[in-house]
Amino acid sequence: MEKISNRPVMRLQQIYSRDRHLWRLVVMILAWMVFIAITRFGKFYNLLNFQTMAAQFPEFGLMSLGVMICMITGGIDLSVVGVANLTSILMAYLLIDLTDAAGGLPGFAIPLVFVLALGIGAGLGIFNGLLVSKAHIPPILATLGSGELFTGICLAITKGNAVSKFSRTYSRTINNRIFDLIPIQLIIFVVMALLIWFLLSKTVFGTKIYMLGTSATAAKFSGLKTDRLLIKTYMISSICAALGGMIMLANYNSARADYGTVYTLQCVLIVVLGGVNPVGGKGKISGVVLAIVLLRMLETGFNRFPKISSYYISLIWGGVLILVMVLNYFTENRRFRKKIAR
Amino acid sequence: MNTKARSMLKKLTRRNEPYIFLVLLALCLLIEIRSGQFFSSNNLVDIASAMVVPGLLAIGAFMVIVSGGIDVSFPALASLSVYATTKFLLDINYEGGVWVAILIAIAIGAVLGAFNGLFIGYFRLPALIVTLGSSSVFKGVMQGALNSKQLTTIPVGMRTWGTSSLFIARNPVSGLTSRMPVAFIAFIVVLALAYFMFRFTMFGRGIYAIGGSEASAHRAGFRVIRTKFMMYIMVGMIASLAGVIRVCMMQQMHPTNMLGMEMNIIAGVVLGGTAITGGRGTLLGCMLGTLLIVIVENSLILLGIPTSWKSVFTGALIIIGTGVSAYQVIRMNRTRSVKIKARRVA
Repeated sequence: MEKISNRPVMRLQQIYSRDRHLWRLVVMILAWMVFIAITRFGKFYNLLNFQTMAAQFPEFGLMSLGVMICMITGGIDLSVVGVANLTSILMAYLLIDLTDAAGGLPGFAIPLVFVLALGIGAGLGIFNGLLVSKAHIPPILATLGSGELFTGICLAITKGNAVSKFSRTYSRTINNRIFDLIPIQLIIFVVMALLIWFLLSKTVFGTKIYMLGTSATAAKFSGLKTDRLLIKTYMISSICAALGGMIMLANYNSARADYGTVYTLQCVLIVVLGGVNPVGGKGKISGVVLAIVLLRMLETGFNRFPKISSYYISLIWGGVLILVMVLNYFTENRRFRKKIAR
Repeated sequence: MNTKARSMLKKLTRRNEPYIFLVLLALCLLIEIRSGQFFSSNNLVDIASAMVVPGLLAIGAFMVIVSGGIDVSFPALASLSVYATTKFLLDINYEGGVWVAILIAIAIGAVLGAFNGLFIGYFRLPALIVTLGSSSVFKGVMQGALNSKQLTTIPVGMRTWGTSSLFIARNPVSGLTSRMPVAFIAFIVVLALAYFMFRFTMFGRGIYAIGGSEASAHRAGFRVIRTKFMMYIMVGMIASLAGVIRVCMMQQMHPTNMLGMEMNIIAGVVLGGTAITGGRGTLLGCMLGTLLIVIVENSLILLGIPTSWKSVFTGALIIIGTGVSAYQVIRMNRTRSVKIKARRVA
């Protein structure tokens, strides 16, 4: 690590220049928080609001983590919503079977459901990984097709109806708050995020993924087993998505084939906004987490202005994405020109 | 077999179109055997009229994919321009022909397409990201700024154009009739223009060149940025035309009805053998792929398969179709390298 200068301004500059993109996101979040503080202080800054936000974002946050890890390898995962819905529907059917006459659940039910969900996620992910690595289908098409397939299976088994007649105990348990403060959804998200952070930055596996994303040919010739690496990547992604599905199941207290269909593109948007390069090889989990938080804050903040149509959020959202990209373009270019001038 | 025919056959098996054509034929025959209704005149006309809007959108998506980019914004773009047009014409109580509607929508589409083209061409941002962002922006403008609602009435010119037909096919067995919409001509005209452009103009060849390798295209003297910019404008115009036709045919404007179509359209284009990495693909294959998707979406009911299974089939089709073309690319590369090795040995 480079030596950090003692003068505060220089120091700030150094911190900023080490990861411009990340700090730009931080600045945006802070600016939005200040704006909200000035205009709608009481309605935004209360514990309940933050708790609600923390319970809402994990469902698409987890899916975004999955998309991120695929994008680092230079791929993409468009099947996350299909995986999430298929998992949640299958588990909803299981929960219906487990629900006893009194409407309760046996003690082992919830852990069992989660373990099975992880298994289903892993299985579907391996399927994606095989399509990408062994069948050599471009990831965007492979996951587009498998996503459509999974959604189709959901539709075929539910006939388009919602599956909901299972015990409320499940939803109540997941919607609990630990110490009456931290929502369980948030804890699941944080655990998963930490796990992926650890995988990406502390293990050989992570290094290999970045290598693969930087140059697939180089990775292959340096002896990496790219096929197995890709299968593992897509497996992790689908596991994240399956967990996201379980949270959706709890938040809506039902499962349906068309829940969360907007999340597919939203996840890609979040990941790109978080500074992951869609070509692969670059990107950090910190950026993606910040982007998730930014999205949730923007949306919740907007809902505090009842006069403004909530549909504007998609305008802002797309605008922010393009703005960030253009900003990156200009700063990258300037740095590039400086390099050439030298 | 003489050598010429053999080499021609060899050439054909290397391409994607014959396979997709065979699959298409097999599916049609299967449906015909199961139901006996597929080759009835009214079903064919129904499929042709169902093909108009996806076909037009596929031409636009095809252009973008050949250039090495990808566009997920065209449904939002079309919805926005058509909504703005319809709303405007309703507000001024316009009662003239459909041409004004088409022209206004295409003009708006061109502006919105230029928005995409500006960021993708001049700022060189990745096409996927820009179109993701812009589709979000278009949706926001439509639903937020224009406060879009379902319009159950559309201007009279659009209404009459949507119901006017070239001819009416009548099924002698079931007595059902189907209209061939006039819009089909628009589709054929755009298709012919696109074919001509890709085949015979510098601009069209430039799109292929850029998709093959941007740097090489630049060195070969193509104006990469300008070609991309113009191309996205054209895609916006085609998408808007498709949007107008859809509204006219449905006889009402449903703002969010088209959103979400992008993935199936792209799937159809790629099924037809267009390389997602750009530079390769034919308009014929693109149309065959789109037709396959349209038939699967419309005719499964004739096979006795419930409509809730539709997505399963589309998904499986995408995976198998792209798998086959991926396999072909690998095989082609392998034979090529074998040939090179053989030549070296000789």
